[in-house]
Amino acid sequence: MRERFIDAYDPFVIPYMIGYVFVLAYLVVALVTVVKNLPVSDRKKMFRHLFSYKIFITIKDIVADCLLHVKIWKKNRLLGYMHSSIAFGWFMLIVVGHIEIFFFAPHRINLPYYPIFFRYFMMETETTVGGSVFFFLMDFFLLVVLSGIALAMIKRIRRRFFGMRRTTRLKWNDQLGMYALWCIFPLRFLAESFTSHISGGGFLTRGFGMVFDWFNQFMNNDALIRPTWWAYSIALMVFFLTLPWSRFTHILSEALLIYMRNAGIRETSKNNGYAGVEIFSCSRCGLCLDPCQMVSAASLRQMASVEFTRNTRLGQKKKALDAASYCLMCNRCVQACPVGVNSVQLKLNLKGSELKYAYPHRYDYVEAADASSANASVWTSILQEGERTAPVSSESEEKPEVVYFAGCMSHLTPRIEQSMERIFEAAGVRYTFLDKDGGICCGRPSMLSGDRAGSEQLVAKNTEAVLATGAKNLVCSCPICYKIFKDTYKLEGVRVLHHTEYLLQLLESGRITVRKSSLRGVYHDPCELGRHSGIYQQPRDVLYRLLNLHATPYEEKDALCCGHGIASDMPYKKRRMIAKDALQKMTGRPTDVLVTACPSCKRAFAEIGSTRIKDIAEIVCEQLVDPLRTERNGR
Amino acid sequence: MKDFGFGIKKSGVIDLDKADFSLFKEIAEEEPSFLHCFYCGTCTATCSAGKYTGFNLRRLQLLVKRGQLEEVARRISECMLCGKCQWACPKGVNTRHIVTLVNKKLHARKIH
Amino acid sequence: MEDVIAIIGGGPAGMEAALSLAGRGHKVYLVEKSDALGGHLARWDRLFPRQDPAQDILDELKAKVAEADDRIEVVSGVRPQSLKRRMRGLELMLSDQRLLQVDAVLVTCGFELFRAERKEEYGYGIYENVLTSADLETRFKEKKVLCSDGKPPRKVAFVHCVGSRDEKVDHTYCSKVCCVTAVKQACEVKELYPEAEVFNLYMDLRMFDRYFEQMYHKAQSHYGVHFVRGRLSEVSETVEGKLQLKTEDTLLGRPMKLTVDMLVLMVGMQACQGTEELAEKLDLKISASDHFLETKDLFLRGNQAHSKGIFLAGACTGPKSLPETLQDARSAAESIHRYLTD
Repeated sequence: MRERFIDAYDPFVIPYMIGYVFVLAYLVVALVTVVKNLPVSDRKKMFRHLFSYKIFITIKDIVADCLLHVKIWKKNRLLGYMHSSIAFGWFMLIVVGHIEIFFFAPHRINLPYYPIFFRYFMMETETTVGGSVFFFLMDFFLLVVLSGIALAMIKRIRRRFFGMRRTTRLKWNDQLGMYALWCIFPLRFLAESFTSHISGGGFLTRGFGMVFDWFNQFMNNDALIRPTWWAYSIALMVFFLTLPWSRFTHILSEALLIYMRNAGIRETSKNNGYAGVEIFSCSRCGLCLDPCQMVSAASLRQMASVEFTRNTRLGQKKKALDAASYCLMCNRCVQACPVGVNSVQLKLNLKGSELKYAYPHRYDYVEAADASSANASVWTSILQEGERTAPVSSESEEKPEVVYFAGCMSHLTPRIEQSMERIFEAAGVRYTFLDKDGGICCGRPSMLSGDRAGSEQLVAKNTEAVLATGAKNLVCSCPICYKIFKDTYKLEGVRVLHHTEYLLQLLESGRITVRKSSLRGVYHDPCELGRHSGIYQQPRDVLYRLLNLHATPYEEKDALCCGHGIASDMPYKKRRMIAKDALQKMTGRPTDVLVTACPSCKRAFAEIGSTRIKDIAEIVCEQLVDPLRTERNGR
Repeated sequence: MKDFGFGIKKSGVIDLDKADFSLFKEIAEEEPSFLHCFYCGTCTATCSAGKYTGFNLRRLQLLVKRGQLEEVARRISECMLCGKCQWACPKGVNTRHIVTLVNKKLHARKIH
Repeated sequence: MEDVIAIIGGGPAGMEAALSLAGRGHKVYLVEKSDALGGHLARWDRLFPRQDPAQDILDELKAKVAEADDRIEVVSGVRPQSLKRRMRGLELMLSDQRLLQVDAVLVTCGFELFRAERKEEYGYGIYENVLTSADLETRFKEKKVLCSDGKPPRKVAFVHCVGSRDEKVDHTYCSKVCCVTAVKQACEVKELYPEAEVFNLYMDLRMFDRYFEQMYHKAQSHYGVHFVRGRLSEVSETVEGKLQLKTEDTLLGRPMKLTVDMLVLMVGMQACQGTEELAEKLDLKISASDHFLETKDLFLRGNQAHSKGIFLAGACTGPKSLPETLQDARSAAESIHRYLTD
């Protein structure tokens, strides 16, 4: 193998070099911008990670996710093959190409274009085992990439082939990048094939090259060689030049995202440099489209997360904000994202940074609970009114065992509250019903609208009210309240429980006993309780004791949303479409009752009117074997 | 907040000829359900904040529709955004969105 | 040869139409799904606007139908199964496999009352002293309107528009008769218990027909019924087992709390559950907005269904008061007669 040209140069390398320099410059600017927009502590983490042993884990993760796309494989094998064949194949072409140079033209290693156009600049002098190994490897990986490109084309035409109902729609910038990407490898294949009688080649390029040789005898000798190399170079340039505006930026930013994540950097309440990397890491693979019920049940395609990230990237703030405001925050898209973009948090942060109220919310009209002062506050009066105790345990200590917080929405589903009170009484639990006569909001709804300042005031008021009761357990009926009480409130010495957890506790400790009914039921995981709080098993463990629970295709992490996410600005008609569709999907088999554990979900499904909807507390209450009664009769 | 002067009683008449309907129109355009309200008062009845303050969403919507923005400005910050009114509303009005929209629009007009 | 008509639904509309058609010499099959004729009328005590006993009207209708047994054949306990068009006329198959050869079909399948438990926040089925307007009529019939503790109520509230004008239960329409029924029932409670305080929570009082406005006037001036313009948002139970209502007094512009012994929900009318199935069998059209059956138009073909030989009357084409239903039945009979003799 030796060089064909002394000057190792041909004008067709110029387009490639333009693109190459451009991408390098872009990379430097982007990296500086990202680091600049990070808090100092995160910058330190990034730097330290470079010298920590964990860097090997990061390298492993980058190989697994960016090159092999393991997570996409897990979700959809064909799609996984498509992504990894292009990414890994391309990567191997670069690696093997460089090794080839190292062997045959080590003095050219400093020319960035040399490995790219290697076959043009080299000619085969004698057949060697080493040479044919490289020919084989290069052709093999080229074939791998080409098969991926072929699948990508099929995906654009027939997405059903991939088991996807929907895929992303592309705008001009993505299209240009995509067509350039599609062209690069077929053009490389042609260029190498046409040159293969000089440069040599493997089974693929030489094989096709021989066919071409046959044609070549009828026309001008080698007339196609340089034009194809030109075309190859131009395709690379177009791809590189469109890179910052196309979805293919993810090729670069995903690796950075993995690095940053492994360095311990996380989303904060503001969209900073890390958020920027997340946005650019979205590959627009479209895996979040099918799970989004705004898209599947309410024809709100433009509100999908993939459009949110795209509009954010392109600086279309109004559109991005619209998508953020419509989002139900059900987290189904986050669950589906193979890159791990937490688009729900990004949306929340955008809502927060764009929140401009003329009159910021002020809740000083709710006086603080202060039991010791003479000042009779609203809260203390509620405590007196609401406090009710079960007769059996009245001899125990003064303080209630449980403070029960039903939540605003539960006041519209009185059966839940009534059931909980009956269960407390049956179990002999000394409890305080904190918001029996209407309390104040837990603060999560305003937080989900991006209003942190307002939310914090409500959190402070409720914290005082809960602590003033002296109870060691806070039981919530609404998963929205539960989530914020558990994650954000600082309630020292108070265990925060959703009533599903608490009911299981009562059952397991034998404080209540139930009998099983013959009802056929399905359980609907509320988003705030399931995906947001990870409470999956407790409600099921309760329900196994109460009815014949059968599984739907929408269990646990795959649970559907009822369409009534509290902070969404979606019109009621759209919400109803989502609720109806979800209910139909879950009750495909004959079902006597759909059980849920959230007053909002309950209302959303009950409004459709086709199926009996019950809260888990109602079922427990109905099937209760009252120990008080048994005990009294026993005496 | 606007100072109405000393000792001069403001007329109680709603002067629709001089009222500013621009906010009404903007809100109705961005949130069409603003036009669905039939003033039944369910939102006010169910309101978590209404127990402690004079916050009255039915009245607030009507004030926007009559262009009486000073009173809207006095009250809008009291809403807790809990969303209960929206769940209770028989007309499917996006009440929560109306509250946040009014507050944001007032900011854009610098009425504060 | 005499013409034969099948009437589906043996309520007041079906009976009145059967009598009209029989009077014109036609043969009628009166098909009723339950065992007895009368429909909702059988459950009611007295009727607005002049407190006529419902039983008298029902008895008279029943007696006349029985008298006309040479022309009216009552087929009870069955439902229509399928309808086929033959060379001449129609062939109606019933659920007992009986075949009726008829020339026209009149659908008078009526309405259903809104299931009040669907508005969970109103506490029906949760709190014992929450009743529907129909429950109250049953108690009027028994001459005993008592709370669950066996005592007469001292404070009663009527809530208008339960399951009407409500997008959340997909009933966007007004049920027409609940306002006047609430006024009637409020007066009747006051007649029974003059000491009781009675409150009517209304959104709009729709006193549209003859004598209605006078009833409203009498409720205020004679019986002292309180009218509060506001819709109930939710009900809870106090420690003493009373019902605490939350509403807004929209005329004063302030939220309002009210504790009562008994709450009466004025449930609206809705299309019967089987309407969709019936529409499929008989090729009828259902309105997408209110789910009641659709007539060809609202004027000159106000009793004709969209397919030939099928007619509609009564509350199956939307909420109607009893006088309106009876008039509609007679007008349907006239339409059928014209169709058969043309």
